[in-house]
Amino acid sequence: MLRNSLKIIIIAALGWIFFFQVYSGYSSRDDLNELSTYYATEGLTEVGAANLVTSVVVTYRGLDTLGEVTILFLTALIIGLMLKVERGGDRTQVRNSSEFLVTASHVLLPVIFMVGIYIFINGHLTPGGGFQGGAILASTVILMLLSFSNNKISHKLLEIIESVSGISFILLGILGVLFAGGFLDNKILPLGEFGKLFSAGAIPVIYSLIGLKVGAELSNIILGFNQIQGKDDKSV
Amino acid sequence: MIYSIIVLALSVIMLVMALVAIHHKSLQIAVIASGIISLFASVVYIFLATPYVAITEASIGIALTVIIFFYVLNKIRHSDAKE
Repeated sequence: MLRNSLKIIIIAALGWIFFFQVYSGYSSRDDLNELSTYYATEGLTEVGAANLVTSVVVTYRGLDTLGEVTILFLTALIIGLMLKVERGGDRTQVRNSSEFLVTASHVLLPVIFMVGIYIFINGHLTPGGGFQGGAILASTVILMLLSFSNNKISHKLLEIIESVSGISFILLGILGVLFAGGFLDNKILPLGEFGKLFSAGAIPVIYSLIGLKVGAELSNIILGFNQIQGKDDKSV
Repeated sequence: MIYSIIVLALSVIMLVMALVAIHHKSLQIAVIASGIISLFASVVYIFLATPYVAITEASIGIALTVIIFFYVLNKIRHSDAKE
């Protein structure tokens, strides 16, 4: 009891100190700092993407995005290593999914899939991009697994999609070094008309590749979970 | 002013849902509560004028995380039933 109240007192004191510091030192600033001003004024002419966030994420800070993709790849790799089971083991009969889920999936799956693809193809025009679209694609895969439990989704195909899009992403970056200003520069393709689908140079291509890669990776992780269950089925 | 009130109300709901997610006995309700936190966080991000972050929160926090939790819970229940 005493220790608990001591803990609460310490947490409250730390919280008070923290919030007091933040509150007393806080003053809202209405102007952009130097870097943000550069992005906001030069981004339109230099990159030509309607969504400024995308121009920062894919072009100005493209190397960071490559790092994020690498981290996700490593995570998928490690999870795949942990969940390693014999590939293609036959899954025994599982319980059929409920009628509601199956019927709703027939209607919703194509729509959600299209939304995912729309989000990463239009990453340079509307909010969103490769990571968000890839996550939505992965949720369609998990919905497919839940509702059509007897269907098999090809591990091999997902791996091929993932590797091909990853390699093309790096190759596009190297093309930027050879033909334009630097690694992952988007000017290897013409900038096009501002606000159209085929604009902003290589950004739509790069974001579509990232979206496919992220979607395939997350789906592979989920399929790994599914296979570990298949192994348990056999042992029981 | 009205925006601040809406954001404050959403934040209070998020805090309540966080407590529900921690303290509720049923795992399903805890997972749904964490999904609701993400949902309102996404709305708050819209009010803070960051649609990019809002759509990230919506696609990952609401859809993927919740559905993975339910999927794994379903798997665990299956293997428990077999043993």
